[in-house]
Amino acid sequence: MNSERCAACKYLRRRCPSDCIFAPYFPSNNPQRFACVHKIYGASNVGKMLQQLPTHKRVQAANSLYYEAQCRIQDPVYGCVGIISLLLQQIHKAENQLAKTQAEIAVLSNSHTQDSQFQQNFLLQQGNVGQSSRPSTQPSSWFK
Amino acid sequence: MGGNSPCASCKLLRRRCAKDCVFAPYFPSDDPHKFAIVHKVFGASNVSKMLQELSVHQRADAVSSLVYEANARMRDPVYGCVGAISYLQNQVSQLQMQLAVAQAEILCIQMQNEPVMPTPQMDPEDDKSFLLQNNLPQYLNFASSSNVIHDSLKRESIFGDIVS
Repeated sequence: MNSERCAACKYLRRRCPSDCIFAPYFPSNNPQRFACVHKIYGASNVGKMLQQLPTHKRVQAANSLYYEAQCRIQDPVYGCVGIISLLLQQIHKAENQLAKTQAEIAVLSNSHTQDSQFQQNFLLQQGNVGQSSRPSTQPSSWFK
Repeated sequence: MGGNSPCASCKLLRRRCAKDCVFAPYFPSDDPHKFAIVHKVFGASNVSKMLQELSVHQRADAVSSLVYEANARMRDPVYGCVGAISYLQNQVSQLQMQLAVAQAEILCIQMQNEPVMPTPQMDPEDDKSFLLQNNLPQYLNFASSSNVIHDSLKRESIFGDIVS
């Protein structure tokens, strides 16, 4: 009994050998995955790329090839480089916004510190003015 | 640029370089490596098909991005460009968290200064929705690859005038 052919061998209309390089990464239940990768890279190139990698790294390689192929199909001009460009712009914008926010914090912190200092000085002066018998630390004295 | 010198593609493929060769404008003979790397990753036939499906004014950018991807794949045969994407997405997330912390700090300071303050205006584009865009699919769970990143992720170097 022949086991079912992988998606690659089905697509390529060939027998699927027991040591098929594609079979572990392009199962027959996902024909679109291989079609996508084949459209951009070609079966031969994909096979060569996978062959050159140790077995334990092939899954991720196949996945990343599939992702890049999808990006290229969606954006035939820029592919996944368009995504990289977009991310760089987002980083640039976020960095600028962070710098601006941190500058605002510095200004607000300084302003708060100066206000506190001013209030402290004001209270001290209130204590000296008028030479009243009792120190005017009572809040009610500020409203006379 | 009239001349009988074959373009880099036709030189590598050992064929006559026709006047209307689709590769010739983008793969000059003085840079054989450029076509070699694209051919190795994508294959000349696939590149030709891709270019022919684009309008002429889009082809230069397409070639540049293909060269970039091919270089990335050569540098990192496992992850290619995807390693860079993963790394950048992490950076975006970290910056967003730092920004959220900083904005919370502003709120605290403002509340200390004045009890009732308008909430800081956040740019509508700064909500976290863009983190969900372009997120790598689940099947790409891995730590960022650094092979591609340090060599290629300089903003200026991603084919310069194409990136606005």
